[in-house]
Amino acid sequence: MSIHLILFLAFGAVAVAGAVNLLVQRHPINSALSLIAVMAALAGEYLLLGAEFVAAVQVIVYAGAIMVLFVFVIMLLNAGVEEETKGSRVAILFGIPGMLLGSLLIAWVVLRHSGTAAVAVGVLPGQTSGWGDPGAVGELLFHEFLLPFEITSILILIAIMGAVVLASKPPSTPAKRVND
Amino acid sequence: MVPLSYYLVLSGILFACGVTGFLIKRNIITIFMSIELMLNGVNLSFVAFAAQWHVLAGQIFVFFVMVVAAAESAVGLAIIIAVYRTRETLNIDRVNLLKL
Repeated sequence: MSIHLILFLAFGAVAVAGAVNLLVQRHPINSALSLIAVMAALAGEYLLLGAEFVAAVQVIVYAGAIMVLFVFVIMLLNAGVEEETKGSRVAILFGIPGMLLGSLLIAWVVLRHSGTAAVAVGVLPGQTSGWGDPGAVGELLFHEFLLPFEITSILILIAIMGAVVLASKPPSTPAKRVND
Repeated sequence: MVPLSYYLVLSGILFACGVTGFLIKRNIITIFMSIELMLNGVNLSFVAFAAQWHVLAGQIFVFFVMVVAAAESAVGLAIIIAVYRTRETLNIDRVNLLKL
């Protein structure tokens, strides 16, 4: 068993345990914290694949910014333990067979085209892959993908304005002035 | 070195966990986190394929997915705040009418 496989299994175990914990926890703050564990473990997997830039962005943007937003909203809304309500009977009758069918379909498609799936990928810790360093990523991003990059910046700008508009208090009837 | 299929299986497991959480959870914030989990599973397969074929575009796509996820979570959480303000609940089974 190589060190690479051991690290892959360790990070993968943390990721799967966090994902399952997200499902079984009933309080949203516990789910959020286990999702942060999943994202940190995935950053480790990205490092094993030689994607240093993606690993850093994963920690900074996902585990840092987005999850802070989630935790902030959970605390702002004072979200409590999830309450149990009955699901619909139709969903149970058709949902579970439908999901099994869908998974079987995906597994069949993947297995049919798995000719190249046994190719080993990744780099050992402390070793550079020589093709995916952050400099090369930046060069590609700002040359070939410049237009999509600028479009996403506009998207982010619109999203910020939309978030401010949606989360601001709706205009209510003008309150009585205290001074008058 | 790890076979590519291992990464794909891990990514599939994470995606399946996300789908399951999306379907069985009642809290709207947890459902939103399940969507993020699905995006993370897809990102892992993007990076694994990029590493296999030595195509950097896979990593760029992951970057774009993250940007869109950030925009989506900002708008989505604002919508959640607006829903909570009008209905005083986070349970989606109680948010079943478009109009109050």
